[in-house]
Amino acid sequence: MSVNIITTENLTFCYNSTRVLDDISLGLEKGDYLGIVGPNGSGKSTLIKNILGILPLQTGKVFLFGQSLHEFSRWDKIGYLPQKLSSLNTHFPGSVNEILEMGLRRKNAREKQQVLEMMGIGHLAARLIGELSYGEQQRALLARSLISRPELLIFDEPTTALDPETRDSFYALTEKLNREHGTAVVLVTHDVGIIGKFARRMLYLDKKIIFTGTFEDFCASSEMTGFFGSGSQHIICHQHDTAKRNG
Amino acid sequence: MVFAEILKFEFVQRALVTGLLIGFSCSLLGVFLVLRRLSLIGDGLAHVTFGSVAAVILLGFSPLYVTLAALPLVVLSSLAILHLTRSRRIHGDAAIGIVSSVGIALGVIMASVSGGYNADLLSYLFGNILTATQAELFLSLFIFCAVILFVVFFYPGLFALTFDEELAKSIGVKTNLINIILMALTAAAVVSAMKIAGIMLVSALLILPPVTALQLSFNFKKTLVASALFAVFSVAGGMLFSFFLNMPSGATIVIFNALFLFVVLFAKKVIQVRR
Repeated sequence: MSVNIITTENLTFCYNSTRVLDDISLGLEKGDYLGIVGPNGSGKSTLIKNILGILPLQTGKVFLFGQSLHEFSRWDKIGYLPQKLSSLNTHFPGSVNEILEMGLRRKNAREKQQVLEMMGIGHLAARLIGELSYGEQQRALLARSLISRPELLIFDEPTTALDPETRDSFYALTEKLNREHGTAVVLVTHDVGIIGKFARRMLYLDKKIIFTGTFEDFCASSEMTGFFGSGSQHIICHQHDTAKRNG
Repeated sequence: MVFAEILKFEFVQRALVTGLLIGFSCSLLGVFLVLRRLSLIGDGLAHVTFGSVAAVILLGFSPLYVTLAALPLVVLSSLAILHLTRSRRIHGDAAIGIVSSVGIALGVIMASVSGGYNADLLSYLFGNILTATQAELFLSLFIFCAVILFVVFFYPGLFALTFDEELAKSIGVKTNLINIILMALTAAAVVSAMKIAGIMLVSALLILPPVTALQLSFNFKKTLVASALFAVFSVAGGMLFSFFLNMPSGATIVIFNALFLFVVLFAKKVIQVRR
């Protein structure tokens, strides 16, 4: 029996007195590609932060690779890219190489260079992170999330600062990792089209789970037609079908 | 040789070693605080130190042990600042301001109760490294060793935490533990540094060397080394100049620190213009 990579049970979270997550229970298995969508303030990032222990659990449980969050210690199995850094100081004196090594158990110079080349910033390895443009910083952080060859990748709005070419190669890479290596992916984005193209499962969140299931379920759901409108729903389902045919 | 003659005095040797140990410790801790925009924590804790010193003088502690006696109160205050900054309703700068003003208010009340500002209390306000006691030398050595061990053993976590606290948590860094040790060591360094620079100027030892080092655009490890070197040269230079020119040592050390910063900023400007 395979162990779930992520399990949340009855997760509820409040900022002061405002409830942001309401009774969220979900599971993610090896090889899953879960897309999380929802309007602004729907709790998407809060859910990710609860899963990773960035925010303390208030009510409910989280299990990572079968272990409760408090017992879990193999953080190198997880690659995470936050929506934005909460406190990046432009004077931070860390080089891209040093950022890449954060949380790494073993340091392999060739692997580091490879992943930087893949993100198109191989020439920036020795540069200070604060001296880079926002897009380059984002690529460096993407490289960091991939360097430990994690079994679970969690991306929170990962491509907002990327040019279309880098964005496409990033999504192609996540799909390759998912398909060929069974890497589980959780992708939070506003771009429902991207979810339709790459994700196998979709979760629509608005403080609580409004919809979860496959795209076939999504496309057949009249409830979702109410949320997205028939036009948008049709486009998302069409992109998903096209991607499946091409894949 | 005049320098050699001055250094023959035991109290001068003790003052110099104490100053170098404290300056070194503050400069390393300062890099983490400055980068996390907690620079003013030194100022806040210095104000709390004023209240703590006033309290221990009022309680009748011997001047030899005032620093040691004030230490627990200041460490507790640093943890209170940490706790307040964790509150979503209070920003870090406001938390420092709250603890700082409460500390100084308590100090003023206790100084008033004990019959006004006596010479002991004033010596802590402006500092006098030449009066450093053997106990203060050992305290500085202990803090120096603790800071070195902390930075060496927790370096990966400190690096990640300084870069971004949320990202650090997501890779399993024990951010709470590191924050508590960082705050406690900062409090200890501030208490011991009041003997060099005085309560009024103590935050300069935490801020100026790291800010000067950060101008050099080195990587993280080199920035730590540069910060420590600026601190060591400022303390040594400042103390020697203060002997010869008969000036207050704390203020002279701070001016030396500031001179290094201006020289580095000026050199950067010249290099930029030439390019």
